Formats: sequence, C-alpha cells, structure tokens
Amino acid sequence: VEFTKVAADPSIVNLGQGLPDISPPSYVKEGLAKAAAVDRLNQYTRGFGHPSLVKALSQVYERVCGRKIDPLTDVLVTVGAYGSLFSTIQALIEEGDEVIIIEPFYDCYEPMVRMAGAKPVFIPLRCKNNGNSASSADWILDPAELANKFNSKTKAIILNTPHNPIGKVFTREELQVIADLCIKHDTLCISDEVYEWLVYKGNKHIKIATLPGMWERTITIGSAGKTYSVTGWKLGWSIGPQNLIKHLQVVHQNTLYTCATPLQEALAQALWVDYKRMDDPDCYFYSLSRELESKRDRMAQLLQEAGLKPVVPDGGYFMIVDVSALS
Amino acid sequence: LSFSLQAKMSRPVQARRLEGIDKNIWVEFVKLAATYSTVNLGQGFPDFPPPDFLKEAFVRALSGENHMLHQYTRGFGHPPLVKILAEFFGKLLGRDLDSVTNVMVTVGAYQALFCCFQAFVDEGDEVIIIEPFFDCYEPMVKMAGGTPVFVPLRPKAPKDGKLMSSADWQLDPAELASKFSERTKAIVLNSPNNPLGKVFSRGELELIADLCVKHDVVCISDEVYEWLVYDGKEHIRIASLRGMWDRTVIIGSAGKTFSATGWKVGWVVGPNRLLQHLRTVHQNSVYHCATAAQDAVAQGFQRELELYGKPDSYFIQLPKELQQKRDWLIQSLDAVGMKPIVPEGTYFLVADISKFKSDVPDVPDSDEPYDSRFAKWMVKNKGLAAIPLSAFYSGAHKNNYNHFIRFCFAKEEATLKAANDILQKWKQEKTSP
Repeated sequence: VEFTKVAADPSIVNLGQGLPDISPPSYVKEGLAKAAAVDRLNQYTRGFGHPSLVKALSQVYERVCGRKIDPLTDVLVTVGAYGSLFSTIQALIEEGDEVIIIEPFYDCYEPMVRMAGAKPVFIPLRCKNNGNSASSADWILDPAELANKFNSKTKAIILNTPHNPIGKVFTREELQVIADLCIKHDTLCISDEVYEWLVYKGNKHIKIATLPGMWERTITIGSAGKTYSVTGWKLGWSIGPQNLIKHLQVVHQNTLYTCATPLQEALAQALWVDYKRMDDPDCYFYSLSRELESKRDRMAQLLQEAGLKPVVPDGGYFMIVDVSALS
Repeated sequence: LSFSLQAKMSRPVQARRLEGIDKNIWVEFVKLAATYSTVNLGQGFPDFPPPDFLKEAFVRALSGENHMLHQYTRGFGHPPLVKILAEFFGKLLGRDLDSVTNVMVTVGAYQALFCCFQAFVDEGDEVIIIEPFFDCYEPMVKMAGGTPVFVPLRPKAPKDGKLMSSADWQLDPAELASKFSERTKAIVLNSPNNPLGKVFSRGELELIADLCVKHDVVCISDEVYEWLVYDGKEHIRIASLRGMWDRTVIIGSAGKTFSATGWKVGWVVGPNRLLQHLRTVHQNSVYHCATAAQDAVAQGFQRELELYGKPDSYFIQLPKELQQKRDWLIQSLDAVGMKPIVPEGTYFLVADISKFKSDVPDVPDSDEPYDSRFAKWMVKNKGLAAIPLSAFYSGAHKNNYNHFIRFCFAKEEATLKAANDILQKWKQEKTSP
C-alpha cells in the first residue's frame, strides 16, 4: 500500500510492484471482450468455479501432474492466488497451529497465518558463499535447521516455487527434503506456484504434489494474472484432493461465493488455446518465459554495468540486487 | 507413531471456524434448477442483459489503448470508481465523502458483508439478524466467532380483500428492544429486504437507529436493492438518520444496480473509523478487485450522475420495468390461487402455496421443512424453480413459515409468460376431474 503510493509519481520508473507493463496476448484480451458480449455471461456462474474454466484447469493440470483431476471436487477458482492463499489458510489453519514460512517470503503469508490465529515459524533461505551470490540457486535451506522447525503442532508449511522475491526454483532433491518432513509429521503443504511457467533455461518446475505421498496433503495454487500477464483479472485457483478442497469451498461460499463470470469464461478460452499446443514451443506458457528470460539477462547486465550485484533468478519475474556498493 | 502425532492425525483437518457453516442452500437449489427447470425464477439474477451503456463501457475498458486495465489497480478501489462513488453517495447522503477513506470496493456485496463481520465481530459478540434474512448473514457471523440473535418480521393480516404487502410484515418494537444486550456488537439491516421485498419505513428505521445509538451498536446496512422500490416508495438510508452515520457501513452492489451480477463489483461507504478495519480485512484476504469491471462500473455511475432524476436514468427506468413485471407475476400467481405478498421493493416476491399443498403430501417427522420439499417437487415435476422461504430462516425457525416460496421476477417477458403457462396448466390439472 505504502510503496505503490510512492511509485505512482510519474517521474519514477516503477520496477517495484509485480505487474507487467507489457500487453497480454491479443487472443486473451479478445476472449474477454467476446465473453462480455454474451448476455448470460454477465450473470452469476457456479460458485466454486465456472464450469468451462474448472474443466480447462483440470485438463491442463492433469497433463502436467500425470493424474486425474476432478473439475468439480478437486478445483476451486478464487479471486487471484491471493484469494486461494486466504481460503486455504482459513479452511485448514487455526489457533494452536504452527505454520512454517520460508524467508524471504511473499509478505501476505505472515498476516494471513496470524489472522487465522496460528503461529508463523520462520526458516531462512541462506546464501551460500557468505553472501556472494550470483544465482538464486545459491540460496538454500539447511535440512537440519528445517527439520528442527517441525513439531506436532506444525499444521502446514508454505512453499513458494518459483520463489518471490529471490526467483529460486526448488530442485527435486530440495522438494524431497520438504516432502519427507511433511509425511513424517503429517503436515500439509500449501504450494504457491503462481510463477510455475516462468522458469529459465536449465531449470524445471516440479510440483511437490507429484512427489509420492504428497498429493493427499498438498494444495497447489496458481494464478491467471501471472500465467497470462493479466494481474488485473484477479483469478486464481487451488488444486488438491477432494477432502481438502471441500473445506476451501466452504470458506469460499462464506466469503465471496462466486468469482466474476466473463473473466472466468475468457480465461477458460485462453487455457484451451494453450492446452491444445502444449507440445508446441509457441504455447504461451513457454513463449512468455523465453521473452522474460531475455529481459532478465538484460536487466542483470544493466545492473552489473552500474556496479551492482544482481542475484540472477532461475524463475519468476523478480530479481534481487545487492546494493551495498551504493552505500 | 508418537502420541502427539496420533493425536494430531485423529483431529479433523479443517479449522473449527467451519463448524456448522458447511451447508449451503444455493449449491443444492442451483443444481436442481440447472438440471430440471424450464423456467428459473429461483436464484436472484436477471435473465436480461445489463444496459447497453454498461456493456459498451466494459468493451471500451478492454480494447482501449490502455492495456494497463488488465493489470492490478489500487487495492482499496480503482480511483475512477471510488471517486464517482464518493461523489454520488455524498450527494445522496448530503455529506462530503472522501474517496480514499470513506469508500472501498469489494468483490460483490457478499465480500463487503464478509469484511464487516470479520472486522467487527469477535467471539462473544452478538449480532442481531432480522428474519427472514439473506442466508449468508448467519454463517458469516458464526465464522467470525459471533452469536447470531434473531428477531422476526411478523405478518399482520391484510385489510379485507386485499393482498398482503411486504409492509404488513413488521418488527415488534418491544421484541426488538429485548434482543439488544451489552454483548450486541452489530445489527444487520437489509432494506429493501430479500426475500420479502420489504422497504423499511422512516419510523421503522428510527426505531432501529434509536436502539443502535442507545446500545452503541454498529449497523451493517445491506442496501443492494436500493434502486428497486415501487409504487412511489422511498428508499431511506439509515445512515442519514441522526447519530447513525458514524456507526453505519452501507453496502452496495453493481450487480444489482446495473443488472450485472456476474461482474462481482460491490462497495462499502462509511466513516473512516469503521472503514479502516474493513481495509485491514480486505488487504489480508483479497487485496485487489478486478480492474476492468471497476472501470466500466465507474463509467456507468458517471452516466447516472449526469442523468440523476431524469427519465432516462437507469435508476428510474429499471424499477419502472421491474414494477410491471412484479405486477404481472402477482396477477399470474393470484389467478391460480398462490397468494403473493406484494413486495414494496427488490426483484423478489414471496407467495403462499397453501392451496397447492395437496400435490405434496406432508411427511410427519421429516427433517426437511415443508416448503423445501414443495420447491424441490415443483422444479422436478413442473419445471418451475423457486426458493423455499425456510432457506431464509435460522435452523430453529425454519418451520415457522413453511408454506411460502420466493420467486425472482427480474426476467424477460417471455420467461414470465412461460411461468404463467406452467401455473395455469397446473391449476387446470388440479381442478379437472
């Protein structure tokens, strides 16, 4: 709230808040205009998610996860991934619970956990090489330190990969360490994967829900805003097993009940376009990533030329920079 | 397994705040309507489109040069929208409103209600809810840890030969006063009222206002149907009564105002001392609302500000059209023996189905209220969808008025005619040997 006000000054170049200033693809914009022209799409749709949208989401993610996803019971559409985080935490977290949050973290995790009456327990990503890090991959969890944070009160751990703000893409081995602890302590995993398509060369986004023993205890969160460069559509989703999603649905029906219809229909149409070309490099899920990779590289270069030390991210669209040279 | 792990695994995975709020009538009835109905007068949404000027505003927002309308806007409300809302409601309330501190945009009025209960209600707090009520108030109070306290609108017999009016359903002043205690944190007022269509009179509002002031209670005023008032009635805003501005949150809805329920744009208007807490809830739950729809609604309000009070104003045309539809449906229902309660406002109408009881035999000791079974039978066998009035009562009171169903008449002429045909045929089947 505070920083956005400052950045609104037109003399300032805003690389602050996470939103693209490039246009979403035209088929996405056109899809919304088309949807809004259909009369009944201006009225209420199904509360837990517009039928064509939950169907499209289930198809895309069935392909990605390699498992059957029921569009009616395993998917909830929310007002942005933010709304999914809120629904998940309100549904499954309460007083007496502890929730592990990896630092640095997208700032809303902490107040949301506190609002649910629970205690946040922090664990840092530590930079290898004494703070001289050129890559997000240098930032790692200490497995012993992580294990120490788990106890019988640990209800959930919040995982964010690709990570905001560092851009770290957790490897399979790193995810396995987290998964093992979740299984050992019967802990849930809230996996914020909004930047799932933004992974750069040499990296692969792995869904922790696909690791053995994890589907039944994981809620995976995604975002239309980040997938299609339409943050202003505020549509996100939670995907998981019915016995967890049903509780998120209860929260949803008691908080805002349903999300906007034309936006959901337009998103469904966009997902179908890209679902059909998931084998094609032109699929927007991959082409956006390529576009952003060259911007990443350019930014890293600019910062280095200015004498600063960027931490080149393996994913996401944020880059953190060591500005000590400016002091 | 360790003892503590065993204990953990034996507890339910969900949070206790979900207790008792998992059932939802709409999930069931919307499914039934989708499966069986040929004429859907159930869930409250128009089957006619939003006005052209609003649809055009949306298309302009989407296809304009400014593609930034596809990105985040200000979290507490898109600047053009909060500015026009502050101006518009400032005029209506006779107050200078600040768009930043006195207005916030929400995801429909539904989310505005959620923010209010979360912001103001704690465990141990009581919230007064007037029955019948829009069903979400009760679970939202419970989810916030509060205790709902119910007070009924009681029907008085209409004058001889006349149809009952929603005005005949009234609060008993002494009964209402008895519901206020030192634990009362808030009262929810819904005027015009869903489902009855009651438009609270100045006298009735003063009664409520006096008690709010006396007991220092917050008034959550759900005014989503504020423009839908008939027969020359006036919608009076309780916030304009003495002592009330500072303790009232006014809730509004673009969905109901502009016949665009699928846009999910709502708002709250009120004093900063209350709105600051709604902002806290909002920034920790949803944070931003979708940009383009907000922009279009802002344009809609701009037009209405210019046309306010003039015959071309949508806020004058829409109630005029809906009054005709109301009267049409009243005629249809009365002609077949369903007794309509004439609503003073909203696009809902409640009718007494006692004369049709023979079609759906009573089942003694049934858990389900009679009107619910009746409504389900009706949609399955007659293809006509409506909502049982018991849906709008607390658990303990669901059988108090169990022979009424609610119809939505915000429908095209063809839909209302089709409903009439179903009713006529049904009546003929009853009377023919």
